[in-house]
Amino acid sequence: MKIPAAELKTAAGLTGVLALLYYLPVGTPGFDSAVHESLALAKWYAREHVILCLIPAFFIAGAIGAFINQNSVIRYLGGEAKPLLAYGVASISGTILAVCSCTVLPLFAGIYRLGAGIGPATAFLYSGPAINALAIILTARVLGWELGLARAVGAVVFSIVIGVAMAWLFRRDESERQSAVIQQVPTDDSDRPLWQTSAFIAALVGILIFANWGGADDPGFFGKIHAVKWHATTGCAALLGVMLWRWHQRPAWQVLCTAVATAVAAYLSGRPEPAFLCAAAGLAWMTAGKADESGEWFSQTWSFAKQIIPLLIGGVLVAGLLLGRPGHDGLIPSSWIDSLLGGNSLAANAFASVAGALMYFATLTEIPVIQGLLGGGMGQGPALALLLAGPALSLPNLLVIRSILGTRKTLAFAALTVTLSTLSGWAFGSFFPA
Amino acid sequence: MKLQVLGTGCAKCNQLATAAQAAAERLGVEYELEKITDFMRFADFGVMITPALVVDGKLKVAGKVPTDAELEKMLTT
Repeated sequence: MKIPAAELKTAAGLTGVLALLYYLPVGTPGFDSAVHESLALAKWYAREHVILCLIPAFFIAGAIGAFINQNSVIRYLGGEAKPLLAYGVASISGTILAVCSCTVLPLFAGIYRLGAGIGPATAFLYSGPAINALAIILTARVLGWELGLARAVGAVVFSIVIGVAMAWLFRRDESERQSAVIQQVPTDDSDRPLWQTSAFIAALVGILIFANWGGADDPGFFGKIHAVKWHATTGCAALLGVMLWRWHQRPAWQVLCTAVATAVAAYLSGRPEPAFLCAAAGLAWMTAGKADESGEWFSQTWSFAKQIIPLLIGGVLVAGLLLGRPGHDGLIPSSWIDSLLGGNSLAANAFASVAGALMYFATLTEIPVIQGLLGGGMGQGPALALLLAGPALSLPNLLVIRSILGTRKTLAFAALTVTLSTLSGWAFGSFFPA
Repeated sequence: MKLQVLGTGCAKCNQLATAAQAAAERLGVEYELEKITDFMRFADFGVMITPALVVDGKLKVAGKVPTDAELEKMLTT
C-alpha cells in the first residue's frame, strides 16, 4: 500500500515536535530564565509600545500609503530624470515607497532596469528598508532617539555614497539595460492640495511625538515640552478631528462623538491609554469600509497592523528567548555578546556589519534583536552598524539581487555596504559612547 | 479578455487578483487570469510598484488595489 505524502509529512512533524519536547531542558535554570525573559520582554512591548506608539504609527503609515500618490514619486526615478534629483529622491523616497517590505526588491529592479540606473537603484535599496516611517518610529522609541536619528541620517547619506560609487565602478556597462519606459497610469486621485495632505500627516506625527515625549527629569527644553505634552497631543488630535470633518467629509457628529468619548475616557481613567484606544476606535468607526479615500486609509492601516504585529510578536519572543532583557541573560550568555560586539572597536563594528549583511530580519524585528544585543553588552557603534547593514541586506536578498545585477555588481554592493556600515558605526560609537 | 496581475505574492497582490476576478464575473465577461510573480518581468510592462493590473496588455493600475467600481470600469473600457 502506498502511504500518501501528506501523512508522512504529518508523522514527521509530530515526531519532530515530540522529540523536541522530550529533550526540552525545562527545569534547568538557564532555560527557565530564558523563557521568563522572552515572556517578560513581550509583556513590556505590549504595555509600553503598542497603544501609544504602534497604533498611531500604523495610522501614519496607512495615511502615507493612501493619500500620497506614489506614482508622482516614481516619476523622479525614471530614466529621463536628472541624475542629481534621482539620487536625492532615491535616497529619501523609502519613507513613502517602502512602507511594505515586499515592495523594496521589485522597486529596486524597476529603478535599475527601467529608470535611473544602478546608482539610484542601489541608493534606494540601501536606504529604503531603514527609513520607512514605521522603522524610524520604532527605532527611536525602543532604542533611543540618538540611534533612531543616526539610522535615518546614516541610511540617507551613505545610500548616496554607495549609489555614486556603484555608478562610477560600473560606468561602462550601463548600456545593457533595456530601454523600456515607465508606463504612467492615469490616476483619478482626488485633487486634494499637497499642503492639506501634509498637514493631515503632520497632525498624526504630532500626536505620536508628543504622546511619547520623554525627558521628565530634564530641566531644560525637553522637560518644558514634557510638562505640556498632553496638551500638545490633545491639540494635534483636535486639529486632526477638524481636518477629518472639513477635508475628508467625515460627519461632524461622528467626529464630535469620538472627541467626547476620548475626553471622557481620559478624564475617568486619568491615563492616556484608554483615551488613545477610544480615539483609534472612533477613527475606525468613521473610516472602515467606506468606499472613498478615508476607507482606503483605514484598509491600508489595517493591512500594516495585520502584517507587522504577528512578525513583531514572534521577533520579540525569539529575541527575548535568545538574548534576554537588558541586565538578564537569555540562552546566549552576555559574555559572548560582550566579547564579540562590546565596546566600539573596528573589529566589533565589522563583525556587526557582516553579520547584519547575511542575517535576515523580517520587517522591524531587527529592533528587538538589537535591543537584546545592547542589553547583552553590544556597543552603540556596532548597534548602528547592524541597523544599517541588517535590513538592507540578507543572504536570501543577496541571491535575488544577484539575479538582477549579476555576481560582480552584487559583490561590490555588499562590500560597499559592509564597509560603510562599519565606518559609520565606528564614528557613531566614538561620538556616543554608551 | 486577458487579465494579468503583477505582484510578488504579498497580501495586496492576492487581494487585487481576487477582486479583479470577482469584477470580471460580475460583468459576465470571459476572462483568463494570469498571476505574474517574477518581478524581473514587471519591467516588461513598465511597472515599478505593485500590485498592478494589466488588461489585454494595457496597464490599468499600479501601486494600489482599486475599489470594485473602479475595477469594473477598468474591465469595460
